[in-house]
Amino acid sequence: MTDVSSLDLRRGARACVVRTTCPYCGVGCGVLAEPDGQGGLKIRGDKAHPANEGKLCSKGSALGDTVALDDRLLAPQVMGREASWGEALDLVAAKFAASIREHGPDSVAMYVSGQLLTEDYYVANKLMKGYVGTANIDTNSRLCMASSVAGHRRAFGTDTVPGLYADWQEADLVVLTGSNLAWCHPVLYQRLAAAKKTRPELKVVTIDPRRTATTDLADFHLAIAPGGDGALFNGLLARIVEAGVVDSDYVARNVSGFPEAVAAAQASDLGMTGLSAEELAAFYQLWIDSEKVVTVYSQGINQSSSGSDKVNAIINCHLATGRIGKPGMGPFSVTGQPNAMGGREVGGLANMLACHLDIEEPAHRDAVQGFWVSPEMPDSPGLKAVDMFRAVEEGRIKALWIISTNPAVSMPEADRVRAAIEGCDFVVVSDITARTDTAQLADVLLPATGWGEKDGTVTNSERMISRQRRVLPAPGAARPDWQIICDVAARMGWGEAFAYDGPAAIFREYAALSGVAGALGRDFDISALAGISDEEYEALAPFCWPQSARKSGGRFFADGHFYTKDNRARMLPITPRAPQSQLSDTYPFRFNTGRVRDHWHTMTRTAKSARLSQHMAEPYLELNPADAAKLGIKPAQLVSVESPAGTAILRAMVSERIGRGEVFAPMHWTGQTASAGRIDALVAANTDPVSGQPESKGSAVRITPFPAAWYGFAIAGEEIMPTSRYWAKARSAKGWRVEMACDADPEDWVGYARGLFNLPEAEVVTLLDPARGIARIAFVAEGQVLAALFAAPEPVAVSRAFLTDQIGAQPDPALMSGRPGSDRPDPGATICACFDIGVNTILAAIREQGLTSVEQIGLALKAGTNCGSCRPELAALLASATPAQAAE
Amino acid sequence: MMAERLVIIGAGMAAGRLLDHLTEEAPGRYDITLINAEPRGTYNRIMLSPVLAGETRYDEIVTHDDAWYARHAITCRFGERVSGIDRAAKRVHAPGGDVPYDHLVIATGSSPVMLPLPGADLAGVIGYRDFEDTEAMIAAASRGGRAVVIGGGLLGLEAAAGLAARGMEVSVVHLMGHLMERQIDPAAGFLLRKALNDRGIRVVCSAVSKEIAGENGHVRALILEGGTELPCDLLVMAVGIRPTTALAKEAGLEVGRGILVDDQLHSSDPAIYALGECVEHDGQLFGLVAPLFDQARVLADVLQGREAAFTPPEVSTKLKVTGCDIFSAGDFAPAETREEIVLSDPARGTYRRLVLEEGRLKGAVFYGDSRDSGWFHDLIRTGADVSALRETLIFGPADPQPLPAPYGGLCSLTA
Repeated sequence: MTDVSSLDLRRGARACVVRTTCPYCGVGCGVLAEPDGQGGLKIRGDKAHPANEGKLCSKGSALGDTVALDDRLLAPQVMGREASWGEALDLVAAKFAASIREHGPDSVAMYVSGQLLTEDYYVANKLMKGYVGTANIDTNSRLCMASSVAGHRRAFGTDTVPGLYADWQEADLVVLTGSNLAWCHPVLYQRLAAAKKTRPELKVVTIDPRRTATTDLADFHLAIAPGGDGALFNGLLARIVEAGVVDSDYVARNVSGFPEAVAAAQASDLGMTGLSAEELAAFYQLWIDSEKVVTVYSQGINQSSSGSDKVNAIINCHLATGRIGKPGMGPFSVTGQPNAMGGREVGGLANMLACHLDIEEPAHRDAVQGFWVSPEMPDSPGLKAVDMFRAVEEGRIKALWIISTNPAVSMPEADRVRAAIEGCDFVVVSDITARTDTAQLADVLLPATGWGEKDGTVTNSERMISRQRRVLPAPGAARPDWQIICDVAARMGWGEAFAYDGPAAIFREYAALSGVAGALGRDFDISALAGISDEEYEALAPFCWPQSARKSGGRFFADGHFYTKDNRARMLPITPRAPQSQLSDTYPFRFNTGRVRDHWHTMTRTAKSARLSQHMAEPYLELNPADAAKLGIKPAQLVSVESPAGTAILRAMVSERIGRGEVFAPMHWTGQTASAGRIDALVAANTDPVSGQPESKGSAVRITPFPAAWYGFAIAGEEIMPTSRYWAKARSAKGWRVEMACDADPEDWVGYARGLFNLPEAEVVTLLDPARGIARIAFVAEGQVLAALFAAPEPVAVSRAFLTDQIGAQPDPALMSGRPGSDRPDPGATICACFDIGVNTILAAIREQGLTSVEQIGLALKAGTNCGSCRPELAALLASATPAQAAE
Repeated sequence: MMAERLVIIGAGMAAGRLLDHLTEEAPGRYDITLINAEPRGTYNRIMLSPVLAGETRYDEIVTHDDAWYARHAITCRFGERVSGIDRAAKRVHAPGGDVPYDHLVIATGSSPVMLPLPGADLAGVIGYRDFEDTEAMIAAASRGGRAVVIGGGLLGLEAAAGLAARGMEVSVVHLMGHLMERQIDPAAGFLLRKALNDRGIRVVCSAVSKEIAGENGHVRALILEGGTELPCDLLVMAVGIRPTTALAKEAGLEVGRGILVDDQLHSSDPAIYALGECVEHDGQLFGLVAPLFDQARVLADVLQGREAAFTPPEVSTKLKVTGCDIFSAGDFAPAETREEIVLSDPARGTYRRLVLEEGRLKGAVFYGDSRDSGWFHDLIRTGADVSALRETLIFGPADPQPLPAPYGGLCSLTA
């Protein structure tokens, strides 16, 4: 009922173009969103937004596909039944209040998200730290950015990103370390690619244990040993000293800790890098010779038990050379979430106060408490994510509120975390859908508004604050997160302190508080905006912080002024450490994790888009051919991956791109999208002792072939709920596509398929080869294909692109053959998600039209001309399709 | 020197093919006399069913007309039934006078089996074999009414479909559990029955005919065991054929179920050959055209002094009933050592079953889609190892499009 009326409301959404910001990665692209009158949105890049100048990646381009209401949570739920807001909020407030009363403020916790807008974050932080009186509020940014924060704070005194995106274009050398930029920050990658095209002298080096799509852009690639970054940059520092390129003047005036850092660097064992002396020498020389150098780093650096040290090893090099805060140079952390930066600024981490103020600094605490006029203020950091869920597990936290994040999937040792949440006395989850692994564990589910329905601000990786604006009405009873938090605060007796009439009011208070921080000598100060009107807030154009009487935007630290007590930057002595999990005969493989091109985090949004679901439509494990051969694993076979913490069943992607002894798995799949694809269940909860960030890329695993009795591929018009040991489902343009496998054959294939698809009546088409274990079963009604299952004892060889297109179509004579008839070309698996161009189409065009460049492919097929995310893959196809020709 | 005299008794399709070879390859070598009980030369008997169904005309299925025989100087003695063979004198007795031979070919074909039911001699009870039978059916159908066909084999169904096409209300009575049980399996039989039902033909399987009731000397109804009465104005018996061997037997040639021949088609008399449906070779009889043509080929060689030997070929069957597309070849009986691949699409009315043994195709039954049947038939005949093709085998020889890189369509990964 609610569903229909909400959709009607959406259809009626006024047709106007709204300037907003993309909710995915930390690039922070401007988006123009326009209701299409069907409940969806037309999406374009905003040419006026400085972060992207009109460009969008495949994920951003497909935002319109993700606003459908089919799986939305539209009303509060209490213990699995629909409830009114009044009942739900009363219960949340009462439970939290009771826990605080009986067990103290530290018995409650909030776990929030880099998806939240700054205003949401601000009130959450204010409620917990200023009113409940606990610092037990942490954010999933702990999982991706905490080491950068710690590194920044140790070096600079504040969590300050010194530079701007423009520096990448002005640099002579951009080093990308621990960053698959092409897939994770595609628009920045395109910016860099464009800069390199204009200025071929701009060199790019990628440092990554894997060869990735990003490597495509690199002048050279260092396939570093996992965990070798600290040693690599220590080696660079030692070489900087040796080469005599230390900026002695800058160091003498603005830096402390230089001798100790250099001594530690010189003591480092470069063997940890796994790189040859020649590779190291070439990289070091290039870095030293390039005055304008930007060292970009991301999760490959952060997600490590020594992530903070790695960050400081990088920053050390920039401080020693004074290459910081000037055009074209500096260390540069790129964030994974749209508002990881905002969360950091507003105090979303358990060890921070608002506005980059320190929780352990009495003057800072007093200032904030005074500003808030709040009753309580914790004087020590709260529990960081991993510790927080340990406390949940141990029953020390009795009431937990999880907002807009999915820790049952994304936390290390995710099975254990899931069990801890399940065992918690009282769990509240605010989200846009009930269909997340975490939401399914909630006692109270609160329907939040999602992207496109809420108003507020976010901060991108270059400190640019942009508005996210509402373009669609809130569906059902959904409310913005800030409002839900304020509602609970009011019911706990603090109504006056949370009486905001909208996000603009929150923003004004926040900006005013940042003025207090600025007065205390902190970097984050946007007090120039403390007085903006609602109208000005509505019209707020993107700007880089700070914005205050003292400073407007720009870079930090060229002037040598840092935010430490003595205003000097700190170089830290770094002793590189290997990943904490030891490899052994039992667990011999280093388990790297990361992202795919077209999915985002736990896929609650991207999985709604058919075009984003085709590129990598199941979870996988990338492993080296030599390892695969040794383990007897063929390409596309399924493998069991086990660590002491958990197991997963993944598709074997056998690839030279990854080194021997290392394996890689993407982190997006959940219990909703795959039977055994929650790869964080395998990740050991080893954390960086400084940042508390888990080492998501360094666990030890073992790999065995999954003993599949059969493999299957299914297509269905309606979503299905397989029960096989392995399944992974993805949306297709006409329904669903599902990979399956199990360790036991069903007794009756037709009956099994009927049950799988829940089609007791439909006409059935069968192809059975019992001796070979082949069963192909399609269901047809009224001349249309409803569903089909293709099963075989080996991975099923069919054209998935062809089959997914058959749903709802008249039964094609070629249907059961699983591939198009010879009269119709098979486009093959989607490479270009924006225009849905398949690999066969591209290869055919290369062959038949003699295409020789990615540009020509674009002209011929449009592939790669929108977001450009697939351009590295197009280049790889060109290389594979064009035999090396003699130069004649 | 005078040409040797070659006399051929019977102008069926096998004899016609023999003459084609001889006139082409050794014109003038033999002085040929062709004697035929039917008052005409060779026509394509297989095409009688389309004639019956009104889809083609008799003159379009004649393969050898008077002009052809004249052109090749063949003496035609049509409409004469040979009454005896004097092997010692090497003479054939015929109403129009004796014919001496140096070489004699008996190609008397077969005749329909007529069940010895009470009333089988009533007017309106016919077999289905030749032009006259076809004419009789066409004539009966022109008066409308009801027909019963006994026999749900190839010929019976073609007769039934032809009569139905000509507007008669037709019932098919079949002794076995499903139609065409020698050529197709029960599943295809079911689809065939459904298709016949759809065009108004009633099919009664597992039915034993008991007697034929008559009225005024004309058939009135067929009565089944159990008492079911099927009223009819025409009753066609199509329960099988029997080699026509009376002449050979009388002449003292060795005859089993058919005239016994060796690999060169010699009968027990070296001057006499037998050819076609009347022969028995290595214990086997022949009713389909392909082996008959093979025999004609061998005999033509033998008669030209060339080495040749007949080996019975793998045969395939196609039912010529428009809209009932059936193909069957090889041995498709289930067995422990055999494996099956079955493609069944009742909605489209198509069915394919392949039977394999030790990686080789042994038999095939197709219903509703007999495309590529020649290819399958070849695989059965040659006994080629099809293990590597197995996954796509049932879809025929069409070169399948390559599955997409990089995993050959084995999973849902693109890169």
